[in-house]
Amino acid sequence: MTKDECKQVVLDIIAEIAPDEDLSDVKGDVALREQLDLDSMDFLDIVMELRKQHSIEVPEADYVQLASLDSCAEYLTPKFNALV
Amino acid sequence: MSEHYDVAIIGAGMSGLTAGIRAAHFGKKTIILEQHNAPGGLNSFYAKDGRKYDVGLHAMTNFVSPKERRAVFNKILRQLRINRADLDLIEQKSSRIAFPGTNLRFSNDEALLESEVEAAFPGQIDGFKRLSETIRDYPDSDLELPYRSTREWIKQFISDPFLEEMIFCPLMYYGSAVEDDMDVGQFVIMFRSIFHEGFSRPVEGIRLLIRVVLQRYRELGGIRKMKTGVKRLVAEGGRISRIILENGDEITADSVLSCAGYPETYGLVGDGVAPDESEFAGQLAFSETIAVYEDLPETWGWGDDTIVFFNNADRFEYRNPSDPVDLRSGVICLPSNFEFGDRPLKEGLVRVTCLANHDTWCGYSEEDYRAAKDEWFDRIQKSILPMMPEVTRDYSGGLVATDMFTPRTVKKFTRRARGAIYGSPKKIKDGRTEWDNLFLCGTDQGYLGIVGSMLSGVVVANQYVLKG
Repeated sequence: MTKDECKQVVLDIIAEIAPDEDLSDVKGDVALREQLDLDSMDFLDIVMELRKQHSIEVPEADYVQLASLDSCAEYLTPKFNALV
Repeated sequence: MSEHYDVAIIGAGMSGLTAGIRAAHFGKKTIILEQHNAPGGLNSFYAKDGRKYDVGLHAMTNFVSPKERRAVFNKILRQLRINRADLDLIEQKSSRIAFPGTNLRFSNDEALLESEVEAAFPGQIDGFKRLSETIRDYPDSDLELPYRSTREWIKQFISDPFLEEMIFCPLMYYGSAVEDDMDVGQFVIMFRSIFHEGFSRPVEGIRLLIRVVLQRYRELGGIRKMKTGVKRLVAEGGRISRIILENGDEITADSVLSCAGYPETYGLVGDGVAPDESEFAGQLAFSETIAVYEDLPETWGWGDDTIVFFNNADRFEYRNPSDPVDLRSGVICLPSNFEFGDRPLKEGLVRVTCLANHDTWCGYSEEDYRAAKDEWFDRIQKSILPMMPEVTRDYSGGLVATDMFTPRTVKKFTRRARGAIYGSPKKIKDGRTEWDNLFLCGTDQGYLGIVGSMLSGVVVANQYVLKG
């Protein structure tokens, strides 16, 4: 999986959690919280959906790694690639 | 061999159902155990003589536009993956706090209440605005603080005791388990839910909400056992090891979420104290009359009142009354006065909720109980006449059906200690009990009302089932 594919996985999950959010112009290097109305409940859901849909585990101490799309890609891509 | 679940939830009320949705959505093997044959718990429904009735729901609080994504109600729906349009919500027209000689109207536009306060209490408006802004900015983390008296806290904003009582009246009636006072956190939540946000209802009433939530739980594979009461929770080694059902079966679960209430749950573990006798049993019970009329109240000239919170006494008292029913204050709900548009209700309903004494209603023989219901039904109907607009005051024809519930009814169907719908005055805000895998959810975890219960289920499941 490439980093761009990984970002798309995260965006797909956000689209599911927050269907009325406009995701057409999310910047990779800006915190998701600053661009979208996401709170801690939503972040928990991103983590839970990663586990449910992709068997990716994100321990609570690593939640900060999911702050922006870029940091998500950095952190999650190796995890996705380790699955295969 | 007893069946094992990841999560067992006691009670198919709103909090149990939403907790169940969260757990089942994330793949937990979940079972909801409900002693009654209908879901909904304190907010339920029934049919009598071909008519459908709601229990509990006057209105849903926390109404906001779908665009306000940070608002509690929209957050809950996101967490449940429920499409808001499925709830078919319609807004209130307007509501009223009616005290001797003074009315304060409010609606889903918070500016209305502010202008009403300014007109009726010009000297208090600055303090009222400060109160409203302080509540808007109140930090979420402070909502979890231990109990603090709002009576003390509010004095820094409101110095006129009459206005103080008028503000308290709807907030207490819609969500206080404490006599004559409220926890500050609870007060803040209720003020936001009612005055900043507002009232709505599904067109079809509570049935629709329960159907949508239940449908969601079912499609996620959640299991639900109705008419399956829990007899006992067996504690071993600081944990709940087994759940013994009233039908004799036994199940086991990694986590147990109890929506039965605080003293009720401890009673199930068997601490030797009957929930009704517990020092933590709620003291506030209610009666409600339902009168069905041929025509809608607006045709008798009632106007736009959706909910009227009234008090006729010199001083508003929110406490367990010595009389069977306290006629001096209460809540009148006109379910037809929401914005039904071109889908109006076919008949007019007037529901009146008053404080009632649990011990008196539960102590009657069957015969005396029926007689008392008849007597108090009539007295309650008469007591609301002064609250009605002049033109409607001699209205009495067209009554086609009546019903009434009392603390005895609530006790029977919900098993809530002392029939107290808002549960124990002691709220366990973190949901923890002295047993590692047993958590409280719903009314006694601290959030009240329909939306509060839904939030409680989500929060407790997130914290103890999903993160844990």
